[in-house]
Amino acid sequence: MPDIQNYTLNFGPQHPAAHGVLRMILELDGEVVTRADPHIGMLHRATEKLAENRTWIQSVPYMDRLDYMSMMCNEHAYCMAIERLAGIDVPIRAQYIRVMFDEITRVLNHLLWIGAHGLDVGAMTMMLYAMREREDLVDCYEAVSGARWHAAYYRPGGVYRDLPDSMPKYKASKWKNAAQVNKLNETRSGSLLDFLDDFVGRFPKIVDEYETLLTDNRIWKQRLVDVGVVTPERAMQLGFTGPMLRGSGIAWDLRKKQPYEVYDRIDFDIPVGTTGDCYDRYLVRVEEMRQSNRIIKQCIDWLRVNPGPVITDNYKFAPPPRESMKSNMEELIHHFKLCTEGMHVPAGQVYSAIEHPKGEFGIYAISDGANKPYRLKIRSPGYVHLSALDEMTRGHMIADVVTMVGTIDIVFGEIDR
Amino acid sequence: MVETLQQLLPGFLIPYLNMGMQLGQNFFGSLWPDLVIAVWTVVKVVIVISILLFCVAYMTFAERKVIGWMQVRIGPNRVGPWGLIQPIADGLKLMLKEVIIPYGADQKVFLLAPVFAFAPALAAWAVIPFNPTLVLANVNASLLYILAMTSISVYGIMLAGWSSNSKYAFLGGMRSAAQLISYEVAMGLALVVVMMVSNSLNLGTIVEGQGQGRFADMGLGFLSWNWLSLLPMFVVYMVCIVAETNRAPFDMAEGESEIVGFHVEYSGMAFAVFQLAEYGAVILCSTIASLIFLGGWLSPVGFLPDSIFWLFAKMSAIIFFFFWIRATFPRFRYDQIMRLGWKVFIPVCLIWLVVVGCWMMSPLNIWK
Repeated sequence: MPDIQNYTLNFGPQHPAAHGVLRMILELDGEVVTRADPHIGMLHRATEKLAENRTWIQSVPYMDRLDYMSMMCNEHAYCMAIERLAGIDVPIRAQYIRVMFDEITRVLNHLLWIGAHGLDVGAMTMMLYAMREREDLVDCYEAVSGARWHAAYYRPGGVYRDLPDSMPKYKASKWKNAAQVNKLNETRSGSLLDFLDDFVGRFPKIVDEYETLLTDNRIWKQRLVDVGVVTPERAMQLGFTGPMLRGSGIAWDLRKKQPYEVYDRIDFDIPVGTTGDCYDRYLVRVEEMRQSNRIIKQCIDWLRVNPGPVITDNYKFAPPPRESMKSNMEELIHHFKLCTEGMHVPAGQVYSAIEHPKGEFGIYAISDGANKPYRLKIRSPGYVHLSALDEMTRGHMIADVVTMVGTIDIVFGEIDR
Repeated sequence: MVETLQQLLPGFLIPYLNMGMQLGQNFFGSLWPDLVIAVWTVVKVVIVISILLFCVAYMTFAERKVIGWMQVRIGPNRVGPWGLIQPIADGLKLMLKEVIIPYGADQKVFLLAPVFAFAPALAAWAVIPFNPTLVLANVNASLLYILAMTSISVYGIMLAGWSSNSKYAFLGGMRSAAQLISYEVAMGLALVVVMMVSNSLNLGTIVEGQGQGRFADMGLGFLSWNWLSLLPMFVVYMVCIVAETNRAPFDMAEGESEIVGFHVEYSGMAFAVFQLAEYGAVILCSTIASLIFLGGWLSPVGFLPDSIFWLFAKMSAIIFFFFWIRATFPRFRYDQIMRLGWKVFIPVCLIWLVVVGCWMMSPLNIWK
């Protein structure tokens, strides 16, 4: 008599819940998953290898394209690696700007996550609500860097330029008349900080709105509670970081444990879960949005009253100001050298990690003293988390696989690199 | 027929009508009365179906608009004024597209499945009364007929899932079959209670029965409809029709973020027919719910006349309810749906069946 065999289902890469190009081979017993085998590499762009053939500064925009949902955080880790290798001091104002934009990025990432996770579980409306708020935050990106996603705003030694005094504005069109445009531009009339201040003021209410839709929703809880439980011990063994680890109840956050930039001067809390299921991770991320909001508020208040330089005056690494370059031989030479062959980072190796919205995002760089990295290795949190998918999904149903993909918060740019 | 036409037609055409009837009588002799009835029925069928298809098309538009507003976006607004031509454009696009039959699919069944899904949703309209006189077939077992027809629609989904030769479609078909069968039971039990209190299987009689009672005599007709006296059944029935029509949050047969759905391999008009079937079923179920629980064409208050308008208003409200929950709730998981159906709804129905039975035998009976 032939045995009844499990059958395999090819989940992705063309699948609405694949979050890009995840391909999984699911071995199913009925609808119950007995094995999940994630296949990666469909978005591999060889960022690490490309970096070996680019000058140090040329790789900054590549970092945006790793985790394309938290752009500036990737840049941050990379710039910090160079700064540590070269021993550059970053001006305090630049550090505050970086912290502020790191947290804006965290909110951006978590907003997309809550939308996509909602959509995965079937709460379609979350996606569009989250997009509404993301719109305001990418406007901040646009104001500061000119690009709405791939900002390339951080530089080794600081940030590209100081915060702007004006916001990009809507223009009247066939679909939006002058009155509507004026209403939309109302909060955009002041500086970037004014706009952000307004956003920070209304954001907690908006998060409450999200929570009314999801947190106590019976179906949402049925779908998330006790799904994908990871014990604290197992989470550490699997190399979890970020909200995935904190969801399991371990208060590990690089912003607190190894403070970088000015995080040690800022007041915020680290939310942790208790059971380590998808629902805990959901709660942790929602609370992180509120905490990020607090951090942004503190940065705004500091930045309003403390002007100053935003990039280092070490001209071996950052170009000198335009005016002095026009009148000063020394600066002209520096500018020429930086713009032709780029910066030379002293020989050595460094690992710099930041608390990325998804977990610990690290750059391991080896320099041989040339104008290019000798070797660059990216430690991406999503890759580690994805490798635990098999363990998390075993014994759950297909619908839970989708929930689990959502709770891991995968973005393939960083997994495949 | 003659009487209806005499009412509808303008005065100067009546002599021509009489003349035509006379001519037909002379030509066909004793066959004529039967022929008139047959032709008149076909005309009514065509009218009902064309109105229904129009409603289905514009219900998709209404859904996109309503959900759009709930989701802080605009919805279709480019094709025609306020986007009103959008459903026609969509239909035209789907008609012009190729129907791709996947390699290895059972071709005949694959093409037959959409028909199986759509035909029952249309056929059930034969017994739906719109007012005391306007009904295609005033049969006494109309409720039973509707139960039978709506149950057939599961074949379309199952066959589609089976014949597509795709694991996703197959899973969708299986989920749908299990779900529909479970909720059919609860829905049937809810209808049994309605049947008991109105002492009839005829939808017209059920509606008329709701117009009597203490509240109706006081001029507050909406309080004597079945929804209040049979509130638990009304709730069960409303949830069951959402599950029956495979709409969110019970849309795991479609489950676009999990298995994409039983119609994942369909394209062009074959796909459109599934959509027509889904929306047709939604309209049908809303109509039945308004007939058996919300008093059909009866006016909610005494000083306003009964009219077909009330039926449409009640239907629209229920359809809006469908849209609303779709925009609000996440999707259930397969096992949770089955648990809800078997462990909650069916016991509730059985208990309420007994309760209503005892109530009717007791002196407190309000349905005499």
